[in-house]
Amino acid sequence: MTSSRSKTVLTKHEITEIDSWLKRYPEDRSQSALLAALRAVMHEDHYLSVEKMDAVAEYLGIPEVAVYEVASFYSMFELDEKAVAENTIAVCTNISCMLNGSDKIVEHIEERLGIKMGETTPDGKFFFKVEEECLAACCGAPMMQLNHVYHENLTPEKVDQLLDSVSLCKAEEEQNNG
Amino acid sequence: MSKDKITITVDDKEIEAVAGSMLIEVADEIGIHIPRFCYHKKLSVAANCRMCLVEVEKAPKPMPACATPVNDGMVVWTRSEKALTAQKDTMEFLLINHPLDCPICDQGGECELQDQSIAHGGSSSSYHEIKRVVVDKDIGELVATEMTRCIQCTRCVRFGEEISGMRELGAFGRGDRMEIGTFVEHDLSSELSGNIIDICPVGALTAKPSRYTARPWEMTQTPGIASHDSVGSSVNLHTFKHRLVRVVAGENEDINECWISNRDRFSYQGVRSYDRASTPMIKQAGAWKSVSWEQALEEVGESLRSANPDEVGVLASPRATLEELYLLQKSMRSIGVNNIDHRLRQTDFYDQESMGLFPWLGMSIADIEDQQAILIVGSDVRRDQPMINHRIRKAVLNNDASVVCINPAAFNFNYAVDNQWVVSPAKMVDSLAVIAKAAIKNSNLETPAGLSELLKSVRVNVKSKVLAQQLTDAENSVIFLGALAIQHDRYSTLRALTALIAETTGSTFAYLPEAANTAGAWLAGVVPHRKEVGEVTRVVGSNVTGMLNDSLKVCLLLDVEPAFDFDNPQRAQSAMQNIDRVIAITPYIHKSLLEVADIVLPSAAFSETSGTYVNAEGKWQSFKAAAKSVGESRPAWKILRVLGNKLGVEGFDYVSSTDIRDELKEIYDAACPVSNSFEISGVYAHSDVVSENVIQRIGGVAEFCGDSLQRRATALQESAPEQNAVHLNATEIKKLGISPLKDSSVDVTVEQDGVTIIMPVIENDAVPDGCALLYTGTSASSQMGSAFGTLKITL
Repeated sequence: MTSSRSKTVLTKHEITEIDSWLKRYPEDRSQSALLAALRAVMHEDHYLSVEKMDAVAEYLGIPEVAVYEVASFYSMFELDEKAVAENTIAVCTNISCMLNGSDKIVEHIEERLGIKMGETTPDGKFFFKVEEECLAACCGAPMMQLNHVYHENLTPEKVDQLLDSVSLCKAEEEQNNG
Repeated sequence: MSKDKITITVDDKEIEAVAGSMLIEVADEIGIHIPRFCYHKKLSVAANCRMCLVEVEKAPKPMPACATPVNDGMVVWTRSEKALTAQKDTMEFLLINHPLDCPICDQGGECELQDQSIAHGGSSSSYHEIKRVVVDKDIGELVATEMTRCIQCTRCVRFGEEISGMRELGAFGRGDRMEIGTFVEHDLSSELSGNIIDICPVGALTAKPSRYTARPWEMTQTPGIASHDSVGSSVNLHTFKHRLVRVVAGENEDINECWISNRDRFSYQGVRSYDRASTPMIKQAGAWKSVSWEQALEEVGESLRSANPDEVGVLASPRATLEELYLLQKSMRSIGVNNIDHRLRQTDFYDQESMGLFPWLGMSIADIEDQQAILIVGSDVRRDQPMINHRIRKAVLNNDASVVCINPAAFNFNYAVDNQWVVSPAKMVDSLAVIAKAAIKNSNLETPAGLSELLKSVRVNVKSKVLAQQLTDAENSVIFLGALAIQHDRYSTLRALTALIAETTGSTFAYLPEAANTAGAWLAGVVPHRKEVGEVTRVVGSNVTGMLNDSLKVCLLLDVEPAFDFDNPQRAQSAMQNIDRVIAITPYIHKSLLEVADIVLPSAAFSETSGTYVNAEGKWQSFKAAAKSVGESRPAWKILRVLGNKLGVEGFDYVSSTDIRDELKEIYDAACPVSNSFEISGVYAHSDVVSENVIQRIGGVAEFCGDSLQRRATALQESAPEQNAVHLNATEIKKLGISPLKDSSVDVTVEQDGVTIIMPVIENDAVPDGCALLYTGTSASSQMGSAFGTLKITL
């Protein structure tokens, strides 16, 4: 009865992922798998819908509120559907990066994409995340995370190259698939 | 944790303390007050507000007293310069984002933040920037929010997890952006949610119904006793200009600790209902006429004197006070009336003689926490008796107690129930018989003759064997007999089986008395076969069902509404219609009452009269009047005193309600001690077979409809619209030809005993197949038949 509804809402990948994490914790500590579960949902949907969060709560057998609390606490989780895009750009704006000119990087990306931080390009290609926290790569400041990959010692030119290559990759991929 | 006593020094005073207890607890015990916001003695330690910082010897920094365990030889200063500076600085931090809107805040005057700011804070702030604003949340009809005022102490969040057992509120976001709310907007649904108003140290969560009525310093507080369930929770009644404007929780560790149910908190709204009776009235040629008390009482006296006592019926609410019930019984018996009863919703009176002195728990309320095996027979205990449910929850959480229920619907619990046997009302007898048989087999006792036929017809299964063994093995085990069993048409059988299981397994047989003074009504002798304190009458009068079937000539009602308070309102109303003289001593004049009554004697409502309630543990709790009664209404005990004098009853010269109580107490103390011992002496029957083509009604009393006061509490009523709907499971809804309901509501036609009512249907999978949950006491069911009758439902 516990997970009847959640099984139809969560994808196969999400369930496999959650199950693999559940195995690592004692049976009565299913809440331990919550972060991993939300990460799996983020990977699939690029944001956490209330429906998915409720499904995770039901699947893990924990209160829904406990899921909302964790989801709203961590900045790596997006709660708004507008975060859904092919690529996510997260520029660190914390102290080391700021001292090394992250403002300029942010300004450059905003200009290039024509959107502000926290927005998605109209074509759905890029979501420019509001990055609040240090991403722990201060020695390479300024830095950004493009999808899951760290890129350090950024200059506007390097950012352009990176964003071009992402667009190119996509285009190639489409061509290959076509 | 060791219980060793150690010695610590707080503010140069040497104190003995239990090792490992928290500093703040120890200080509280000896009356040293340390300021705090997040700490609450009944909740887990959060240590997030930092207000309780104190100086501890050898500690480099001030320590939070709520999270610092005491050690032998510890030296603490709560008012040293270091401690005071720390507290003052914390206060300044807390006020950074707290609006200084005290003049328009409902908490002003009873605000912990305000008080502590004055006691421990500074007069200015170093913070000059803009304060943050938090959008208010709509969490229902009962609790108002002003979330900008929240200081994130998380008491309300911890309350949800630890006390009400439902995590409805949470802390979302983080740091300076953390907010308390529900995340997805919805009304709080816990039966205890109102307590967050009491524990919120600021004006973030306040009582919606009493918002902006009066300032705390303008109100007078009078301790009182809650008048709904049989717990008898302590409450504090707040009056403003002699008017009851608010009820908050009182403290009584043995009974309600420091919590009260929403019903006990918000029912006070019913006191000022638009249909309060304010003058004595007599119906003449179909028209109501206000008359003087003298004339009304003379008329009542005349009606009672001139009637044949066998044709007089007396029906009283089990919510009336002990004093009222005793005077009613004494005066009526003295003129030879024996048709007297308070068991308005009961239908099975077989073997009423075997009943103990009065129905009670057989243990104290606090003892419930020590039970290891619990069987609940016929009770939505969470809604019926919230504070008893709270104790059961503690037994489950702290004692790992196992709980099994036999109920006509799968009720929602806030703890793990091992097994809930959901069966239609007609099958409850069988289910209980199976357990009884298993218990008998397990013991060396013989099956009582009166139950042997019944037990022969059922077969023991594994589940029942396990349960019987559990009840036998547990050092402390209890079987609760709830309202749904008491109102069942085979109550006597259910009770006999319960008594048998209790006896054979060595469990306590515990009644869950339905109302605040059910126990008191038995003690006062408001039953047809007994006088005060169990004295057997020579003549046994008619019980409730008998009275409604007999052709009475005169009927006296004490706070009874025929359309709402009986098992079968339709029959009750029509029976009253046929009685020549219906005399109603009542605080309210509902139109259905005015239709059938002939004389109205307006009585004082809740909070307007002194009296005594006897609760489920047999405790007598007296209370004083807190508010002035409306218009010419009078406390019912005074009305009955005068009536007694009019009837020439001797010894009716009581000066106060305590005189009446003391008289009864004297008789009680001289009598034998209480016991729930119940002799299985009759021959007990199965339920009648119910045809498969009809829907069986499960007619439990709605959470907020048990008596005249709560039915008029507007906020409670608005918070529970589902009370006035018929609940069916998905299968039954499909049978009706309605496509999945989801959120939309569909009206259906419900027919019972020839009366058809149109009401919304709600999908509720707690209801078993072939049954419909349709509450009694509601306006929707006020014209319907028996609570456990059969229905026909069509689209």
